[in-house]
Amino acid sequence: MFSTYPGQVVVDHPVTVPIEHRFDPYVDNGGTLLSIAGEDFCVVAADTRQSEGYSINSRYVPKSVKLSDKTVISMGGCYADCLTLTKKIQQSMEWYHHAHGKTMSTAAVAQMLSIMLYQKRFFPFYSWCILGGLDEEGKGAVYTYDPVGSYERESCRCAGSASSLIQPFLDNQINFKNQASQKTTLTLDQVLRITKDSFTSATERDIYTGDFLELFVITSKGVEVQKMDLKKD
Amino acid sequence: MFRNQYDNDISTWSPQGRLHQIEYALEAVKQGSASVGLRSSTHVVLLALKRSSGELASHQQKLFRIDNHMGIAIAGLVSDARVLSNFMRTECMKSKMMYDRPMPGSRLVSLIGDKAQINTQNYGRRPYGVGLLVGSYDEDTGPHLYECLPNANCLEYFAISIGAKSQSAKTYLEKFAKDFGEIDVDALIMHGLHALRETLQQDKELNINNCSIGVVGKGQDWHLIEGDRLKAYLDQLEAGTAPAASSEDLPQGEAMDTE
Repeated sequence: MFSTYPGQVVVDHPVTVPIEHRFDPYVDNGGTLLSIAGEDFCVVAADTRQSEGYSINSRYVPKSVKLSDKTVISMGGCYADCLTLTKKIQQSMEWYHHAHGKTMSTAAVAQMLSIMLYQKRFFPFYSWCILGGLDEEGKGAVYTYDPVGSYERESCRCAGSASSLIQPFLDNQINFKNQASQKTTLTLDQVLRITKDSFTSATERDIYTGDFLELFVITSKGVEVQKMDLKKD
Repeated sequence: MFRNQYDNDISTWSPQGRLHQIEYALEAVKQGSASVGLRSSTHVVLLALKRSSGELASHQQKLFRIDNHMGIAIAGLVSDARVLSNFMRTECMKSKMMYDRPMPGSRLVSLIGDKAQINTQNYGRRPYGVGLLVGSYDEDTGPHLYECLPNANCLEYFAISIGAKSQSAKTYLEKFAKDFGEIDVDALIMHGLHALRETLQQDKELNINNCSIGVVGKGQDWHLIEGDRLKAYLDQLEAGTAPAASSEDLPQGEAMDTE
């Protein structure tokens, strides 16, 4: 009846075969974020599109949260993990405030986040975190993380789906890598223009990036939020 | 006459139907220095007299922040107050995590009552030795003031005082309570200071070291009044003048005091 190959078994009744089901807890909600540290300011920017595969869940779900007047955190990856991690950070900051009567410094939050992430080393938060703010001297600070807590202070970093598109651009424009021109200190205005151009360009080529851009500008005066449109296709 | 036989532990009733351990716990509250609370239709103000053990010592903190919308004033065992305030803080954070909205004052006070009652019925435990005045502002129902005592009674008040010589403060508050409803927060604070002053001993007076004021209300997170602002109110109290309207200076965010 059927042509068979050696070893094949043909039967005339239904057969059940075990199918391996595994717990697959992670989902990638896409999106891109970046942070740039200036002389006396810090910019944290992220798009607001939340997606799952080829579908868009929402055009406006903010990825960045203001933790204090001096610190903003932005997270990409699995939004559920990002949300809970943010709440954990906020609760810990509140206990710190109850105990010490003052707000946690950016550096203290940075260290604490690293510890928090590593505490789930064997079932990690699928969060790509970037912490931006002002350090105790009033200078801009950016801390970048991997999902299990390895962290480092940098001058600028981007993370998320379009990070490979934007990071080289930032290396060139913020840190003057691979070009002959002199290194200069960038003003807030210049940094904002570079940030906006990064996102509009990333939106062109990355399907997970777009809809709106939310910018948090941290200065000694506090945190200012700007929102601008990105292409929605 | 029979008191000493029936007061050894919490799980023994006296023939008169009393639990003496609870009454002794209430005594601990009455021995603490005075705390006063009063509210208008928009704000709650908590005031406290801070004691110091000597000339060289700091003054004991009496006001604690629980959340942005809630603060407490204590009288009695400070260590018990710390335990209860940590419990309150945890419950407020749990409420925000679970229901995404601030803990209503009435609900938290019920939780305190339930917690305090456990210590009045289990053998080997003792009642908490601290009285709390809880001031909270709920978005939907407005300001509330509650008194929580070691006997696990939690009642709501327009104005209340606990601690040493608190009856003198209560007398003042009862006299002026009908005015509290619609006055602005500065006038409310002045009334509170007058009430607190009634609890002072003969030769003592209020100053920025021994006096503590906390305010929460519409558009204002829980914050303490300290330093120059406190001095301004105390000066008005001295001068006996009406309070100046300075509500635009009051902070919108929370401030924490650790004196």
